[in-house]
Amino acid sequence: MRAALTVLRKDLLLELRTFETVPAMALFSVTTFVIFHFALNRATIDGQLAAGVLTTTLLFAAMLGINRLFVAEREQGGFDAFLLAPVDRTAMLVAKAAALFAFLVVLEVIAVPAFALLLLGPSLGPPLPGLIAVLALANTAFAVIGTLVSAIAVHTRARDLIGPIIGLPLLIPALIATARAAGPLLAAHGSGSPPAKWIAILALYDLVFALVAYAVFDFLLEE
Amino acid sequence: MDARPAIELRGLTRHFGERTALRDVSVEVPPGATLAVLGRNGAGKSTLLRILATLLRPHAGEVSVLGEPLPRRGFAVRGRLGLLGHDPLLYTDLSSRENLHYHARLHGVRPERVDELLERVQMAGRGDEPVRLLSRGMLQRVAVCRAVLHAPDLLLLDEPRANLDPGAGELIEPLIGRASGCTRVLTSHDPQAALAEADVVLGLKDGRVTYAGAPGGLAAADLKELYA
Amino acid sequence: MTTYGRGLRGLALATVATITAALALVFFYAPLDADQGFIQKIFYIHVPLAIVSLCGFVLGALLAIGHLRTGDRRWDMRSYVAIHMALIFSIGGLITGSIWAKASWGHWWVWNEPTLVSYLIVVLMFATYQPLRFSIEDPERQARYASVFAIVAGAFVPLNFIAVRLAQGFVHPRVLTLAGGHLPGSMRVTFLVSLAGVALLFATLWKYEMTAKNARMQTRALRRMLLGEDAVRPIGRSAAPL
Repeated sequence: MRAALTVLRKDLLLELRTFETVPAMALFSVTTFVIFHFALNRATIDGQLAAGVLTTTLLFAAMLGINRLFVAEREQGGFDAFLLAPVDRTAMLVAKAAALFAFLVVLEVIAVPAFALLLLGPSLGPPLPGLIAVLALANTAFAVIGTLVSAIAVHTRARDLIGPIIGLPLLIPALIATARAAGPLLAAHGSGSPPAKWIAILALYDLVFALVAYAVFDFLLEE
Repeated sequence: MDARPAIELRGLTRHFGERTALRDVSVEVPPGATLAVLGRNGAGKSTLLRILATLLRPHAGEVSVLGEPLPRRGFAVRGRLGLLGHDPLLYTDLSSRENLHYHARLHGVRPERVDELLERVQMAGRGDEPVRLLSRGMLQRVAVCRAVLHAPDLLLLDEPRANLDPGAGELIEPLIGRASGCTRVLTSHDPQAALAEADVVLGLKDGRVTYAGAPGGLAAADLKELYA
Repeated sequence: MTTYGRGLRGLALATVATITAALALVFFYAPLDADQGFIQKIFYIHVPLAIVSLCGFVLGALLAIGHLRTGDRRWDMRSYVAIHMALIFSIGGLITGSIWAKASWGHWWVWNEPTLVSYLIVVLMFATYQPLRFSIEDPERQARYASVFAIVAGAFVPLNFIAVRLAQGFVHPRVLTLAGGHLPGSMRVTFLVSLAGVALLFATLWKYEMTAKNARMQTRALRRMLLGEDAVRPIGRSAAPL
């Protein structure tokens, strides 16, 4: 546990020092909203369409962050440094997933209001608590799968390509659940509550993949 | 003092795909002694060091480090080794202090030791600059601090004097030299310098052992052959 | 060294016999479907291909677990062959599914058939297995990472089917019915024989490829032993341990 906090602290410190990841993700999201405005030729969107646009944009922005997650370790000897320490190796999984989760939260603090400003028809106020809950579960899914996929991709030759092509299909069930849960929240005439079945699916997905990731991560760190 | 050897290798073999990096390597190193591993590039020296560091697992043979068999008991040994390889293992955007505090926390070392070591290698003044601004020689000094931060019993040194500034050799000598009291495994591009420090010599050529024994027993002709 | 070739001939003959029997049954025994007509008979190849390929993917995941637990790279080789064979079968499944959709619904692709959609996603997932493998240069790491991926993808398959099924809901009528236990007797017999034929084909091809890879591996080991390291050139893309 202490080791996970140490690695997390180091990653947050590095991000604060270099600002490599989060600003890029945020900028990408806002630009994508503008692109959607033109691509859909709509001034406002609501309901399932809005949920779909928001979820997809966050997904692709997350991919940018996922690509960068282990690059410093690979290029600056971080893996060796960690492997030489007398700590449980899954601490790195926990730390990196937590870091990615944190980056996604900051991303959403910027991107969701931007979305409300640029594209969303209905007001963001009433659905906000429900949306936060849905995004928290979605972030967990992105964080776990992202860490797994990034750890795999960083040792391949086609690093930036492998991440998305593996990660996107893997995240499809989570994407479906997130978009469908958010749909009623962003509806035009009074926001509904997120359907319980989709929340349940997201939670199930998070649980299953957290366990799978915990089981296999050690094998990714060995040489 | 434990009478068992600090390092015991018997028939160690390691492949990389179809190539054999180490074949049937056997040697014993008593505690506190220095093993010099000689051979040209590609002979298997770095592979051997990485196996001893628990970063690679052996494919065949037995490896015992500080009394613990590897790879089974790797976790018991990790905190007692210090590795100084070609890569300084420092994050370039963090300062020397931040890097060393990171390692200190991972190893459970008290934070005061970071400043003690930085003082000893005369890097305290530049300890808060990002590592990428340091010269190669300074980087090596900080890397030495990292390697000995947790007071290891076994030092694995892959060409430790490479890139050092001339005066710095004396600064790091008490930390990683014979005076440190650690068991050491040393590789060097300069065989004469390595031989001068060694208690046991291991000569590797294409992954095979061509000589294992005291430094005095290695004839000049055999030494040339190793680097041929 | 395991001998993979044993029993290959017998297995191949059994496959040919079963497939011939299946074809005979499909064309001469199974009744014509009232709604869909002759084209419905593609069901007898489409569903077995889909079932066998999905089982192949799951088998690949199980073999990968074997590899990670034992560290023996022959398990990884078995897993690799199972997965890439299953991928080939699955592309056949997608194509036949598409033909059936066109014939009965008029479109080459339909979104309201959840099984077909889930299947597409699973195929997209496993299609990344080979690019992943061959972009990792160190053979040991390649084998390990491929096994990790196979396990993760195996865990993904059921979750994916659940999610897609729920997403489609039960609003739209199922296009491709006749799955499950609703088959009349003669159709069921034909279906089971077809399924057996495709399964045997998979097993035969798997065994054949394992035998070929194993033989090549042993030949290379012999050459290496007799002629030295340099006589054996490295193979480009290969999952074989040696």
